[in-house]
Amino acid sequence: MSQPQPQPTVSAETPQAPPPAPAAPGPAAARAGAPAREVSIERLKAFYGQAEQLKGIDLAFEPNQVTAIIGPSGCGKSTMIRCINRMHEEIPGARAEGRVLLDGADVYGEGVDVVAVRRLIGMVFQRANPFPTMSIYDNVAAGLRLTGRRRDLDRKVEEALRGAGLWDEVSDRLSAPGIGLSGGQQQRLCIARSLAVEPEVLLMDEPCSALDPIATLKIEELIEDLKQRVTIVIVTHNMQQAARVADRTAFMLDGRLVEVGPTQDIFTNPRDTRTEEYVTGKFG
Amino acid sequence: MSATAGQMGPGPALRGDGRLRRRRLVNRLMEISASIAALVAVAVLAIVIISVASKGISSISIEFLTKNAPLFGQSGGGIANAIVGTLILVALATVMAVPVGILIGIYTSEFAGARLASLVRFVLDILNGVPTIVTGIFVFGLLVAGKAQSGWAGAFALAVIMLPIVARSAHEVLALVPKAMKESALALGVTRWKMVLRIVLPTAAGGIITGALLGVARVAGETAPLLFTSSIFANEVSTKPGGALASIPVKIFSLTEEPSPSAHSQAWGAALLLIFFILLLNVLARAIYARSSRRTTRAR
Amino acid sequence: MRRGLTDRIGDPTLRSLTTLASLAAVALLVLIVYKVFDQAGEAFSHFGLSFVWESEWNPVTKQFGAADFLYGTAVTTFAAILIAAPMSIAIALFLTELAPRQIRRPVGVLVELLAAIPSVVLGLWGIIVLSPVLLKTIEPALKSALGWIPLFSGEASPVGLLPAILILTIMAVPIISAVTREVFETVPGDLKEGALALGATRWEMVKMVVLPYSRTGIVGATILGLGRALGEAIAVTMVIGHTEHISANLFGPADTAASRIASEYLGATSSLQISSLAYLAAILLVLALVVNMIARLIVRRAHPKIPTTPGILR
Repeated sequence: MSQPQPQPTVSAETPQAPPPAPAAPGPAAARAGAPAREVSIERLKAFYGQAEQLKGIDLAFEPNQVTAIIGPSGCGKSTMIRCINRMHEEIPGARAEGRVLLDGADVYGEGVDVVAVRRLIGMVFQRANPFPTMSIYDNVAAGLRLTGRRRDLDRKVEEALRGAGLWDEVSDRLSAPGIGLSGGQQQRLCIARSLAVEPEVLLMDEPCSALDPIATLKIEELIEDLKQRVTIVIVTHNMQQAARVADRTAFMLDGRLVEVGPTQDIFTNPRDTRTEEYVTGKFG
Repeated sequence: MSATAGQMGPGPALRGDGRLRRRRLVNRLMEISASIAALVAVAVLAIVIISVASKGISSISIEFLTKNAPLFGQSGGGIANAIVGTLILVALATVMAVPVGILIGIYTSEFAGARLASLVRFVLDILNGVPTIVTGIFVFGLLVAGKAQSGWAGAFALAVIMLPIVARSAHEVLALVPKAMKESALALGVTRWKMVLRIVLPTAAGGIITGALLGVARVAGETAPLLFTSSIFANEVSTKPGGALASIPVKIFSLTEEPSPSAHSQAWGAALLLIFFILLLNVLARAIYARSSRRTTRAR
Repeated sequence: MRRGLTDRIGDPTLRSLTTLASLAAVALLVLIVYKVFDQAGEAFSHFGLSFVWESEWNPVTKQFGAADFLYGTAVTTFAAILIAAPMSIAIALFLTELAPRQIRRPVGVLVELLAAIPSVVLGLWGIIVLSPVLLKTIEPALKSALGWIPLFSGEASPVGLLPAILILTIMAVPIISAVTREVFETVPGDLKEGALALGATRWEMVKMVVLPYSRTGIVGATILGLGRALGEAIAVTMVIGHTEHISANLFGPADTAASRIASEYLGATSSLQISSLAYLAAILLVLALVVNMIARLIVRRAHPKIPTTPGILR
């Protein structure tokens, strides 16, 4: 939608530059002591059994920015974001090496509870996956109930649904099953479900690949709003989408990071010839 | 890391609070409970097998396998008539049930429409749910009442129990034969029956044999259907199914009812023999299936 | 192009042979029902439906009623399922979600092998190994702890309801856990991932996604196990100790319908007694048919791909 705002160029080689101040905080973001929500990846390798899918990645995601990950299928983009909230290790035989720092703390560090990691780093999947036996309300409340935050449940559910831009469409049928919604609505319900537990980071794994253009548009608009509250990493195979929603874009190839920078630079003035070939459609 | 992370470090947040520790505890308790449940099931299997082996091994001897029970009052002897009887009964039941079962499997997977196939499978499932003691009553009324017990009646009762197992297994493995394989054969102008006999059956052979072996293993240990159909047998080896044939399960059953320790130790010996062959058949069946399913890709 | 004779008759022959075989299976089921009811005819015309609730069973006076045995069947079956169902669900969860991957297969095979032990061997084990243990340790312990409940207050005895219940539990567990496990395996991975990504522990994921998704399948699997326990004759008859009297005593002797048929059919002295036993068998058959139909319809509706004949290969 809106073109990426011009940002000071931060190259991949110097990822530790101080993060810019978050954009003017929206009402939802006005949490006391909101953390910086900065994620950075250091020397990340990921394996499926013996196969090395990620071959050492260093990448920093800036707080309250949208970073798109692009690259041909099989390049490891999904694997990479699944390493950020440690979903990668749920696959039999899969493991990861290296560090993933959330505001300076390694999510793979000793004493870290993977459940706490995933509470702080939400995820939206390629296919909308609302819990089929739960109502719309219960889907959103599911995470809150886990963490025992049952006070003001109604308000928090409403807030999350509003945050996902779904409230107006479903406020009159909260007790209807979540799977009765349209595909795009289901995906926004999943976003609401993630937002309800107030994560610091939201990972989106090709969230629109199963949606029609209108539903896609809604989600893209939503992403623009959401970055006030969370840091967003979105994997997409659609370069136009990356250009529309992302402040920064990273290009991956064959398990390695080729280049990262402001979206405009990546698409109009890439430094690496492979990036140029990819974004101009010469391969992939 | 950047200075902004300093004061509000997520370290504790990543470690989780007291509540998360409680949730972890519940999770752990549930994992442990589930492990205990599985452990108990495996332990029961182990205890039964160890009991049977330790109490039965001393009875196993050449005499036990080759001689019949002695006249009353004497000890020693064996269960040769029961071993021979079981072999004949199971063989006859296999001959009756396996061909019909495979034909049914071919029908439900190749010829029948979806609704009919589903109905036949449903009937087979229901047949499988008929209590075996009722099967015994049924065959008694059909073949024994007014006449006499016979090996034929016993074998037929076993076949009734075996049929749904063989047919359902056959259906499951035949349905796994890739559709593309069948279609490409048909597209070459091969007739349907040749396609079934030359391509589908050989491809699924391992699975069909496995199903038959599982059926054999199941009926070899059945007592209830033989109780009314082939249980009043002479104390000598008989190979004529026209009269009642002895069998290991019925032998165990009647030995257990006797109040003498030597009868009980014979029962344990017979139980060991029975359980050994049944477990062997099960392991064999699984091995064959594991081998054959490596060849056909399982579309699951 | 001319087709040979075998080609022309091959297709119709195979088709009709297989159709015939399938018809035979259907006919067999019908014939079973007919033959069992036919044998029960004499007792039915003699006692009518009151057979079901009359409890007098006396071959000498030729007075037969099934109530005590049906009570025994109900008590043993339900008690066995009460133990077996949660245990089987736990085992299925262990095998699909909780156990380390390397041990899932071997443990699963072992649990399935439990179903391969013949009932006569379980009965032998029950009466000679299990019963003395129950008599000496379990029953006194239960009695001293729960003796204020009538169920647990009776005299300890080597034969009776308790060993029968435990043997039936052992028989039901492999069936219920096998089907439940198949049901759990149909839960879509992306739902489980959704729960985990939300910050659920594995157990919470099971509670949130796996169990609700599998509800109907679990019910069906449990009823399937119930059907198995309901009809078991041999193992029960070896450990339950035959009596004609209803008793609330869990430790004392009792009898079930299937067990009574197994123990009395051959020694029956009158045609009315034989027919009464066939009447018991008819009741058992009807119960088994109804229970199995319900179970299989439930499992089929929820999970069309899962075959509900336990013991067949998967």
